[in-house]
Amino acid sequence: MAARKSAKKPNVSAEELTKYYRDMLLIRRFEEKSGQLYGMGLIGGFCHLYIGQEAVVVGLEAVAEEGDKRITSYRDHGHMLACGMDPDGVMAELTGREGGYSKGKGGSMHMFSKEKHFYGGHGIVGAQVPLGAGLAFSDKYKGNDRVTFTYFGDGAANQGQVYETYNMAQLWDLPVVFVIENNQYAMGTSVQRSTKSPALWKRGEAYGIAGEEVDGMNVLSVKEAGERAVAHCRAGKGPYILEVKTYRYRGHSMSDPAKYRTREEVQKMREERDPIEQVREMLLTGGHASEDDLKAIDKEIKEIVNKSAEFAKESPEPALDELWTDIYA
Amino acid sequence: MTMIEAIREAHDVAMAADDRVVVFGEDVGFFGGVFRCTAGLQAKYGKSRCFDTPINESGIVGTAIGMAAYGLKPVIEIQFADYVYPAYDQIVSEAARLRHRSNADFTCPIVIRMPTGGGIFGGQTHSQSPEALFTHVSGLKVVVPSNPRDAKGLLLASIEDPDPVIFLEPKRLYNGPFDGYHDRPVTSWKKHPKGEVPEGNEIVPLGKASITREGSDVTVLAYGTMVYVAEAAAEATGVDAEVIDLRTLLPLDLDTITASVEKTGRCVIVHEATRTSGFGAELMCLVQESCFYHLEAPMIRVTGWDTPYPHAQEWEYFPGPARVGEALKKVMEG
Ligand SMILES: Cc1ncc(C[n+]2csc(CCOP(=O)(O)OP(=O)(O)O)c2C)c(N)n1
Ligand SMILES: [Mg+2]
Repeated sequence: MAARKSAKKPNVSAEELTKYYRDMLLIRRFEEKSGQLYGMGLIGGFCHLYIGQEAVVVGLEAVAEEGDKRITSYRDHGHMLACGMDPDGVMAELTGREGGYSKGKGGSMHMFSKEKHFYGGHGIVGAQVPLGAGLAFSDKYKGNDRVTFTYFGDGAANQGQVYETYNMAQLWDLPVVFVIENNQYAMGTSVQRSTKSPALWKRGEAYGIAGEEVDGMNVLSVKEAGERAVAHCRAGKGPYILEVKTYRYRGHSMSDPAKYRTREEVQKMREERDPIEQVREMLLTGGHASEDDLKAIDKEIKEIVNKSAEFAKESPEPALDELWTDIYA
Repeated sequence: MTMIEAIREAHDVAMAADDRVVVFGEDVGFFGGVFRCTAGLQAKYGKSRCFDTPINESGIVGTAIGMAAYGLKPVIEIQFADYVYPAYDQIVSEAARLRHRSNADFTCPIVIRMPTGGGIFGGQTHSQSPEALFTHVSGLKVVVPSNPRDAKGLLLASIEDPDPVIFLEPKRLYNGPFDGYHDRPVTSWKKHPKGEVPEGNEIVPLGKASITREGSDVTVLAYGTMVYVAEAAAEATGVDAEVIDLRTLLPLDLDTITASVEKTGRCVIVHEATRTSGFGAELMCLVQESCFYHLEAPMIRVTGWDTPYPHAQEWEYFPGPARVGEALKKVMEG
């Protein structure tokens, strides 16, 4: 089905909206700080920011339950924060320090948390998709009704292994939600320049997989669609595809001359569709929060993020022999 | 010119000379490649000869093989060597063997270019040196340039070659040069003698090594980025090393290697890739087979560690001048 328009007056509590606001803002401020630390040379190499896409993970985490799993690509900071991983540990991994989730061995693209059922952070485009189906297989095998959120990009959607996975997932009724984060670009290649069937969710139809397109700039729409997807999976009906239409404001990674789109395009998206602004608006006009309430949240978030940056700067470099750990059991 | 410019120019020369040459890969056409190696080619030769593909390495290599089997000469880019694994089946099972199993009815003149090696903080999925995965496969040729002049000449030779060539470009050298040390300033390629690249279609033949530093004490076998490390280690230790830049790993210039080792009686082998089953093992075996009675000391390998390429400890992993220098001193004692 095509994207459903979310109801004008959403039936959502102040508490819930405030949580979305806070969670999305944490991601945004965290990413802004990552960008700064990168600029200062404290973070090196590859670093892909999630700014603009916050509503996707926050909306889906709203329907996740304890034991549900998530796995994604290298653009992973938002997913980790949204599932409750510690900002200090994430930031320290970005700076390659001992206090990072992978003790500096993984970097921005490769982090994991057993506690939060976060199965990474994967640098190879598309590689995480079959893994997601395997996680779901394990849940089904063990008789759990848990689901796995398997995130990948519009660019990754062209990798062959995605379709091998679709076929197996449907064949075996695996409880996996395939979340295509369609931010319209794969590095410098727009969706229009990489496929003649741009309705990516519809590709699942060929395998018999249900799915839909979702407004990924609106956290409530994402959450609603997530509820349908998760209900489908938990009921044992097999996989479900959510093609979430979103947008990344920043470059693909930290070095991106951005010749493939206009400034106006980005500006328009920011001004008219920004996911955080939308919730802010709902909070204020709905009388759920005052400017002062929101300011207090901003302040609280700023402190969390600053603390994570301090931690990431102060955590020591890993010891040299750390490199030799965890290669074999 | 830089190595990037030299690679771009080789494409340009080949495309101008032969309209069977087509160039494609991820972000290769419109954008000109993430490292800019194909910049301007789409504007000059049109979208039918230089174009973008979706992100599907297996599809990129597989279609190139089909094109080559029926008269085209694809020069394709895998954006980082680390992304080649989805295409490995096509390279090994199809490209490398098409000639043999079709009794040469069909051949596969393709060039698969890919940036390799570390030195840009890429971590485990953006720093690998997978040359040994290709040298292990009969039917492939494997080339590793170390400077702009060779990059252009070797790429032209690879495009001319009637068989599949894996062309590994050390990304640390792209905008280089590199003098073996990661933390000291260097002069640009523009002022470097090997940044002077001849115009036109001047090839550097495959299968010919180059002696970049003459010496009498020990032969150092190196390629790509490690050529500079070997030279730096020789300067730093005062050991009079003869540094051989292999340039082509398959076919290998064993004559040049043998002549040198027979002269020096000692051999140190260096590469950035992991040690176990690395190309250094093959080199060591070949040298012992051909020069055993000339050797005065056990040979030594200096390589990357047998670990994933690290994110945080990049330069501890990288076999720099200090480690190579120790090997030079040790082999002289032996
Ligand atoms: C197998 C493989 N091929 C290519 C790359 C290089 N690469 C990294 S991200 C990317 C674009 C992916 O776009 P998309 O899936 O839309 O995700 P987004 O970056 O937009 O989140 C490419 C081509 C890679 N990491 N792995
Ligand atoms: Mg994308």
